[in-house]
Amino acid sequence: MTEKTLQYKFHPDNLRRSSPGKYKEEDLKREEMIINIGPHHPSTHGVLRLEVLTDGEIVKDVVPHLGFLHRCFEKHAEALPYNQIIPYVDRLDYVAAMNNEHAYVMGVEKLLGLEGQLPKRIEYIRVLTAELNRLASHFIAMGTYGMDIGAMTAFFWLMRDREIILRMFEWISGARLLYNYQWVGGLYYDLPVGFEERCFELIGYLKPKLEELEKLIINNKIFVGRTAKVGVMSIDTAINFGVTGPMLRASGLKHDLRKVDGYSVYPEIDFEVPIGEGAMGTQGDCWDRMWVRLAECKQSIEIITQCLDKLKKDHRRTRDFDAWAMVPKKIRPKAQDLYMRAENPKGELGFYFRADGKSDVPFRCKVRSCCYSNLSVLSEISRGAYIADLIAIVGSLDFVLGEVDR
Amino acid sequence: MEFQQIYLLLLNTFGDEVILEKIENSTPQGIKVNKDKIFDVCRECNINSNLYFDSLSCLTGIDNGPEEGTMEVVYNLYSIPYGHQLMLKVEVSRDLNKDNYPTVPSVTNIWQTADWHEREVFDLFGLKFDNHPDLRRILMPEDWEGHPLRKDYEDMDKYHGVKVPYDDRENPAV
Repeated sequence: MTEKTLQYKFHPDNLRRSSPGKYKEEDLKREEMIINIGPHHPSTHGVLRLEVLTDGEIVKDVVPHLGFLHRCFEKHAEALPYNQIIPYVDRLDYVAAMNNEHAYVMGVEKLLGLEGQLPKRIEYIRVLTAELNRLASHFIAMGTYGMDIGAMTAFFWLMRDREIILRMFEWISGARLLYNYQWVGGLYYDLPVGFEERCFELIGYLKPKLEELEKLIINNKIFVGRTAKVGVMSIDTAINFGVTGPMLRASGLKHDLRKVDGYSVYPEIDFEVPIGEGAMGTQGDCWDRMWVRLAECKQSIEIITQCLDKLKKDHRRTRDFDAWAMVPKKIRPKAQDLYMRAENPKGELGFYFRADGKSDVPFRCKVRSCCYSNLSVLSEISRGAYIADLIAIVGSLDFVLGEVDR
Repeated sequence: MEFQQIYLLLLNTFGDEVILEKIENSTPQGIKVNKDKIFDVCRECNINSNLYFDSLSCLTGIDNGPEEGTMEVVYNLYSIPYGHQLMLKVEVSRDLNKDNYPTVPSVTNIWQTADWHEREVFDLFGLKFDNHPDLRRILMPEDWEGHPLRKDYEDMDKYHGVKVPYDDRENPAV
């Protein structure tokens, strides 16, 4: 028997040293108390630790402690060629990997000056996969949110439907979650034969399911009672905190980068941008955020239908179509700085690149994470709420810790 | 507003002591700003009714390495109503010793979102922000040594008894 060496040196103060609280026990007022939520609590959607300062049931302040899932993406990116970063990009927001890839490859193509030169079929396939993934991501958001506030059924139904989308992705890329499908200048492969027809079937299946979901959860009296007028965020707060995506739109601002920047083939596609109107309570409350996500699912289905239509007619599969035709053999952009942003299911995902013009690896690759900014508003909008509502607010932010911590 | 107009507006307001130069090769186009005045420039960008940069998209640091001896902080501003974007850059020395961090004025008072972004830059680059309300590490543990995104960063040997650099893959515990 060889003697085992213990890797970890135990010390009772290790946690306090590595992640000390902002508030100290001895500074508290008489009625105040610190409650620690997470990092392993299911309602924190990953490994997030919340240090909550309470007065009885009322939340006085929330201090999020991040970094439990920090995997040094930006440091890794400084040592990898541009195309080899794509699998790491998948792992940022791991429930919407296609959207991450789309933003990233568009950024690198812009660095190389390839923007707008790709075959339309590739662009449409990218948008199609990105929108399918948007559906899957919103399904997770709504399902887990239902579970946070005590509705089990929606979670199972949505996970079932999401699984079908993931099977489709498995068919086109070989992986359920982390695809590495969109490449710089192209795709890993053309769509498999028969994919478009299956996708039509999928849409036919999903449309009534969304109606059903709306009845089951969004318009459910208990759900409304639990979420309306909770965690209200004004437009000013949202903009000032850099909140983007469905959360910003729920506060009533019609701002969608797919429309504003009009990247890829989105200008050719007809779709609406839903905004929160406060139908059940106040504009910008938790209910509005969920309603916007549901409305976006319906719009995504519209976009997918139009993409499939184009992929079947104008840009249909041909024998000589090569998804690798434009893939550059060597990616060495000129020296420049570039900030590229795109609309992810959760908000504005930005990539800041600095290329030095001398090497194949980025000098700096910064991710402007939407979840990171969306999470930072938490303490502002949950001050004065009940602890039970805090869980509802955290769920409505819909963040993925993989992207917050990077 | 076109970039040239924005540039001239800022140049007329602050003069060439503060607005140093245009940055070539950047998308969106950018301006290099004197680091001591970055707060004033940002506030002007925020409140001037012709500019109205109401949102700070991205704030990041860049380490140019020990040979250059400089670090940069890059601000990506975006105006939602006008739809224009601007990149601002400041340059600071990267010299770091125990009590003497390089510093840049904080813009948290203008955009609250800068709070966490500046904490991240402090954490990963070792760059302090003046007047920041709560400058603590955010991604790395509080008792971590060093700032990982610096080009000359070296790992700690051991963190809480765990070996940090994984050289010996066969026997990681040693």
